[in-house]
Amino acid sequence: MIEIENVHKSFGALEVLKGINLTVDKGEVVSVIGGSGSGKSTLLTCINGLEPINSGRILVDGIEVHAKTTDLNKLRRKIGIVFQQFNAFPHLTVLENVTLAPRKVKGLSRQEAEEIAVKHLTHVGLAEKLNVYPGRLSGGQQQRMAIARALAMSPDYMLFDEVTSALDPQLVGEVLDTLKMLADEGMTMICVTHEMSFARDVSNRVAFFHKGVMAEIGPPEQIFGNAQHEETRKFLSSVR
Amino acid sequence: MFEYTFQWRQAFRALPQMLDGALVTMQIAVLSMVIGVTIAVLLAVARNAHSPWLRWPATAWVEVARNTPALFQIYMAHFGLGSFGIYLSPYVALLAGITFNNAGYLCETFRGALRAIPATQVRAGRSLGMGQVMAFRLIVVPQMFRIAFLPTTNQMVWAILMTSLGVTVGMSTDLTGVTQDLNARTFRTFELFALAGALYYCIAKAVMFAARLAAWRLFRY
Ligand SMILES: Nc1ncnc2c1ncn2[C@@H]1O[C@H](COP(=O)(O)OP(=O)(O)OP(=O)(O)O)[C@@H](O)[C@H]1O
Ligand SMILES: [Mg+2]
Repeated sequence: MIEIENVHKSFGALEVLKGINLTVDKGEVVSVIGGSGSGKSTLLTCINGLEPINSGRILVDGIEVHAKTTDLNKLRRKIGIVFQQFNAFPHLTVLENVTLAPRKVKGLSRQEAEEIAVKHLTHVGLAEKLNVYPGRLSGGQQQRMAIARALAMSPDYMLFDEVTSALDPQLVGEVLDTLKMLADEGMTMICVTHEMSFARDVSNRVAFFHKGVMAEIGPPEQIFGNAQHEETRKFLSSVR
Repeated sequence: MFEYTFQWRQAFRALPQMLDGALVTMQIAVLSMVIGVTIAVLLAVARNAHSPWLRWPATAWVEVARNTPALFQIYMAHFGLGSFGIYLSPYVALLAGITFNNAGYLCETFRGALRAIPATQVRAGRSLGMGQVMAFRLIVVPQMFRIAFLPTTNQMVWAILMTSLGVTVGMSTDLTGVTQDLNARTFRTFELFALAGALYYCIAKAVMFAARLAAWRLFRY
């Protein structure tokens, strides 16, 4: 379970998160939508401790992310994150990209790590590309590799930050299908997305962010059919 | 007017000795590069550090190494330290001087390479549970070496050529030192130094060729 309690976060004088409260249960898929600069990405990087917060707290399975005593490197094994830019490691093959962290962070043997990597790469449809360098992959393939790389650490949670935004339109589908598959398998996910149909079809709840505030949250039927908040309706009509 | 008669036989008879000297030259160059690269990585990290206690000495090193003659740097290692009672043999002083020079130049090469690697690479590594040092070592350093590979090769050639400055601090076993000794005994100045020059040329070319080959084998991406 991820519990976000009254989190405030500023970059210098700019307050980006203004008291966020959100609880995500095991197996739940929450989509986060909202305008540019509303703090969606920042929230994700706070959840896995890449960014410090100013006040409030975030608990992952009861462990306080920003407590001084928390071993972030260990906590992050539970939380996979995939970014908009694919961040493939260009000097490593696809297989090496995926086996690197399991071997060096978890201490798995090369053979164990490769077994897991091949499983996940096959799962995301990259079984044919094991020994290729990322520079030879399409954007969609690189993004699916990044997903497999995160999954290979066997995380309990997956955070996705606009993973299709940097892709050519015809490649968006293959990545969204991968996310849907994960959701169907019961992965707990928070997906920041601009793909409204994805948010509607796949998520249990949709959260709408506006200027650092979570203005509205509810089941997709509510957000897309009967939004309570004026700003939500405005935003949705602007993206349709 | 032009009275000099070439006597190549005599010069070629000295070839085995000169090749031994070339070996010493290579040894110093390789050592100065291995140590120099290591120090350069540390200097590059220090120059990007927040603490002025790290940044300042690193900056001073780079400034002196890049803006004073290599000859001066080798002199300082031998005679300069000598006046403080620290006596370095010609071999060690030459090695120290060239290493100092290499580290200064390579630091800037590596710093440039570091800037070319997006911060998101480290972020991705940290997100997978890697610590700062592990992410740097596994993700940043290999990419840095690739970007810096050709300039580093050039520095290697420089290092080889700089070893010839060793004679000024009494170095007598490297290629120039050996040539100098032979010259003092035989006075076949032109032939001996022409031969030494040819050897330096061949070594430099061989190093460049080996580097190209290594790059081709190592960097498949
Ligand atoms: N490292 C940073 N330093 C300073 N300001 C930052 C930093 N990261 C984000 N910001 C600012 O914080 C605000 C929120 O950014 P964030 O990336 O969380 O928005 P977002 O909702 O993800 O937007 P988008 O849809 O464009 O990705 C923006 O105004 C941004 O400029
Ligand atoms: Mg964002």
